[in-house]
Amino acid sequence: MTVQERIQLLVNSNKVVLFMKGDRLFPQCGFSGKAIQILDACGAEFDTVNVLLSDEIRQGIKEFSSWPTVPQLYVNGEFVGGSDILLTLYESGELQRMLF
Amino acid sequence: MEIDAVRALIEAGLDQCEAHVQGDGRHFEAVVICPAFQGKSMVRQHQMVYAAVKEQMDSGLLHALSLQTFTPETWAAREG
Repeated sequence: MTVQERIQLLVNSNKVVLFMKGDRLFPQCGFSGKAIQILDACGAEFDTVNVLLSDEIRQGIKEFSSWPTVPQLYVNGEFVGGSDILLTLYESGELQRMLF
Repeated sequence: MEIDAVRALIEAGLDQCEAHVQGDGRHFEAVVICPAFQGKSMVRQHQMVYAAVKEQMDSGLLHALSLQTFTPETWAAREG
């Protein structure tokens, strides 16, 4: 399986999945931490993928979404955005609508 | 990178755009106002800005760029 196929599988197998640095208990970067805070504030269930565990995934996820940074949130297989977009969507209530 | 350099890059990469940049040399925040954002999703708008600084992000010269994007109309509305 190629990296892109692996990422596609991860994105398809979980309704809400956050590609991040670290994990939800120990986010390894401020932006990833912010994304976790926002998702927790929504009360959503979600899975996380720690890109620091795999250089392939860390690079591959950027190509997958044509997005240069992590964290990246996927809902129902679709790329929703990074921490900036998540904050804007949370403030408008749209993120909550997407998650439930 | 310098704040002015980041601003210049963004403004060069997007037609008729205005960028307001803050940062510490590694992590930057930019507010980008551009008529071409009209009708596009936030992801698409941010991708347009990232495209303008792709080389610097790929090389690591620019490590993080937080974005807020607006059309001239939504920006004017926000200013109140």
